Amino acid sequence: MSYLFHTDEDRREMLKSIGAESIDEIINDQVPEAVRLKRPLNLPPACNELALTAEMTRLAARNASADSHVCFLGGGAYDHFIPAAVDEIASRGEYYTSYTPYQAEVSQGNLQVMFEYETLVTQLTGLGVSNASLYDGGSAATEAVLMALSMQRGRNKVITTDVVHPQYRDILVAYLKNIDAELVVVPSDENGHSKPMIDAIDDKTACVLIQHPNFVGQLESVSEIAAAAKEAGALTIQVFDPVSLGRLKRPGDMGVDIAIAEGQSLGNPLAYGGPYLGIMACRDELVRRLPGRIAGQTTDRRGKRCWVLTLQTREQHIRREKATSNICSNQTLLALRATVHLSLLGPEGLKETADHCIAKTAYAKEVIAKSERFEVVGEGPSLKEFVVRDLGADVAGLLAHAREQGLLAGIDMTPMCVGGSEASEPAVALPSRYEQCFLVAVTEKRSRVEIDRWANVLCEAPSMATV
Amino acid sequence: MRNQQSTQLLFELSRAGRRAHRLGDLDVPSVNVDDLFTAESLAETPPPLPELAEGDVVRHFVCLSTLNMSVDTHFYPLGSCTMKYNPKRNERIASLPGFLNVHPLQHESGLQGLLELLYELQGMFAEISGLPGVSMQPAAGAHGELAALLVAAAYFREQGSDRSVVLTADSAHGTNPASAQMAGFKTKTVKSNANGLVDLEDLKAKLDDKTAVFMLTNPNTLGLFDSQIEEINQLVHDAGALIYLDGANMNAILGITRPGDFGADLMHYNPHKTFSGPHGGGGPGAGPICVRDFLAKYLPGPIVTRVENENATSDDDRYTYHLTSPSGDSIGRVRSFFGNTGVLVRAYIYLRTYGGDGLRHVSEDAVLGANYLLSKVKHFLDVPHGNRCMHEFVASASRLKKEKHLSAMDIAKRILDYGFHAPTVYFPLVVDEAVMVEPTETESKQTLDAFVEALFRITEEGEELIHDAPHSTRISRPDDVTAARRPVLKWTDAAGESAT
Repeated sequence: MSYLFHTDEDRREMLKSIGAESIDEIINDQVPEAVRLKRPLNLPPACNELALTAEMTRLAARNASADSHVCFLGGGAYDHFIPAAVDEIASRGEYYTSYTPYQAEVSQGNLQVMFEYETLVTQLTGLGVSNASLYDGGSAATEAVLMALSMQRGRNKVITTDVVHPQYRDILVAYLKNIDAELVVVPSDENGHSKPMIDAIDDKTACVLIQHPNFVGQLESVSEIAAAAKEAGALTIQVFDPVSLGRLKRPGDMGVDIAIAEGQSLGNPLAYGGPYLGIMACRDELVRRLPGRIAGQTTDRRGKRCWVLTLQTREQHIRREKATSNICSNQTLLALRATVHLSLLGPEGLKETADHCIAKTAYAKEVIAKSERFEVVGEGPSLKEFVVRDLGADVAGLLAHAREQGLLAGIDMTPMCVGGSEASEPAVALPSRYEQCFLVAVTEKRSRVEIDRWANVLCEAPSMATV
Repeated sequence: MRNQQSTQLLFELSRAGRRAHRLGDLDVPSVNVDDLFTAESLAETPPPLPELAEGDVVRHFVCLSTLNMSVDTHFYPLGSCTMKYNPKRNERIASLPGFLNVHPLQHESGLQGLLELLYELQGMFAEISGLPGVSMQPAAGAHGELAALLVAAAYFREQGSDRSVVLTADSAHGTNPASAQMAGFKTKTVKSNANGLVDLEDLKAKLDDKTAVFMLTNPNTLGLFDSQIEEINQLVHDAGALIYLDGANMNAILGITRPGDFGADLMHYNPHKTFSGPHGGGGPGAGPICVRDFLAKYLPGPIVTRVENENATSDDDRYTYHLTSPSGDSIGRVRSFFGNTGVLVRAYIYLRTYGGDGLRHVSEDAVLGANYLLSKVKHFLDVPHGNRCMHEFVASASRLKKEKHLSAMDIAKRILDYGFHAPTVYFPLVVDEAVMVEPTETESKQTLDAFVEALFRITEEGEELIHDAPHSTRISRPDDVTAARRPVLKWTDAAGESAT
């Protein structure tokens, strides 16, 4: 049946060696009668590969995807181009069906990839050390905060702002609820900048958490905020966008202590939110508090250069409750994809990708602003993401209209604002000025034709209100 | 005939000016980035990434892949890790654009196919566990532990209780105490008895009105189903605490017994173990959690719900599926977006392939394989805890170490030369020189026989041969001590300058 091996003959021989009459006898010896399940599991019946493939293909076809629709959605996950070589390499069974490289001799492939990944992340961020990956950007941001709290004894305040990704803040709230920490969410200014947070930094502040470019697409004054934090003895954590670093200054060059990112943009498919890739890098001095696996270089007994998992005394399987984190499995396969992706891009490819995002985003802003119904919110240039206000005050209807025209035109921000259905508490909400606004992302994949169509469809959409 | 360049690093292969990926000319007006952005925000040069041709990149990574063992190429008798066959159909189906290229913040109207799948999967997880509340958000088993403990904390907080201690077994995975710590609990360890089961006297002594949760692994990490489970259930619940089940060993009990039926209030699954998701060299996994009904309102989200359509005209629109965001009593989120959807889709395909009866056969054959190996291995390696096991067992190399100076690590290293991945060694901590073996249901009797034969031969081999093993791999016995004392965690160029 399916993937099982044993013939009846095999089973008889095996039972004979065991000295048991039946498998049930072995099981019943151990599992008390009272707790045994005395009926079959109530699951759909077994299905063969042909029938299941047909059924799943139908199910998949019922979803709108970035293939069937033109995707202008962002908010932490982006429709960037993935070169074919990334998929080809990652689909090799030697990578995706292998285990965590605890046995270094038979895992040199994965270990070298992890070491290369770590090096690429340090090159990307300008920070001294990287781990081998965490679950995703959101949980990595919280891990960074926990790391800062554990290093800063006597300081329990965490300062962030209302233009950091709402879901990242939601995770932070959940994790911090049971430990001695105070989360302060400072309102951004009217342009969506986080500078007002500087006034909140004090001698109880363990760390500040900022996002640059932030959730509403604005650039932050990272160096200034980091300098203020440093002066007060607090650490600075920056959420960055890997693609933006083709053009923007690196976190490590702006005084940031811990940089984290969602690595989906680096060769990983949208996959409805996961699996994704949590990137984390920090200054050298912080390495002993870094969560997650780390690969390091060493030599073998014959003096040959090789790679191993190292500094494992930080980890749960050695230190148990004293570990820096509970993290066990990570996202090696996605880190592999990011490693291949960055190798294919190189410095010039990354820069070109950023440049195309910038130019296409600027073009999209220009064409949408021609309509009287729309207003681009916030000043200054954008990397690949910006906010549009619907003066017709019908974002939900507008986006539904666009979907019917084959466009995933933007993300409705209204439910994320104070009192909205996705703002479970004030610490997680966006400022109310983003009500009746939508967030638009324009990657290098979007063509001029697609951007023009996007603008036309939105401009010609029926509106509830008169503009 | 190995490619000698294959283990050069990307950075050593790099040549200035080489390039693989190009986008070409812009079809929109170009902008002068230096004018548009302030000098303060712009980097002078892009990051110093390696510069390679596409052919370089492909050959490099393909050659590196051949230095890995994997389930596709080798038997992995790796205790506690459930390294079963990863079906190819899972990969192909999960890669359909309607699953793979779906954005996490898309409107639910365009997600009905996927949400239907995820809704059905929630129900399957509930049925297999016997626990009705399901959240599929956690990204890995340890993440599920943490999420479930946060659920327990929220529950006790609402009760006005100050229960602050989590009990873990001394044979538990290291994630248990680490997760408890992260969730804000203090931890205490409960001992195992001489039979490898929970020491009930020690459990009684440590249970009190401060105990929030007892974290149990059952079958435990010795591969034994705790026959005292009814008493444990009684003791913990009489003390007002909850039972958490570490679901790492679910492969032993599918359709045989259900955690909810033997007393667990909360648990996680490891779909990348039990439900055939590939391990990916260490991830991604997923860590869906199941809880009793009175704990469901605290679950992290979103979760999938459905409403029946009264005016449905076809099966496709019989229900409308909704994403329900966490609110009110929920602990909120533990990661961004829905969860590790790709891993969950694979689990769904796997469960549909087997169905309910088939799933019980999975566990039966996993138990049969482990007991068969045990019946052979016990003739030349001590197995301290019993004649029978569930899906895995733990042998000890302690006697060999005394008599022949052969440690568990030596055995692990030498077995690589025979073309098998090593068993898990030095875990669980309660067995001296532990060698932990889990064959899974997807290995043939012939493979198991060959593995036993290799293990036996090793116990007969000369010390020197074994101490220097492995002999057939590209490298052997890396220096872990130096790696940790003087960490080299990234490539630096020949001048010794930092890559950054």
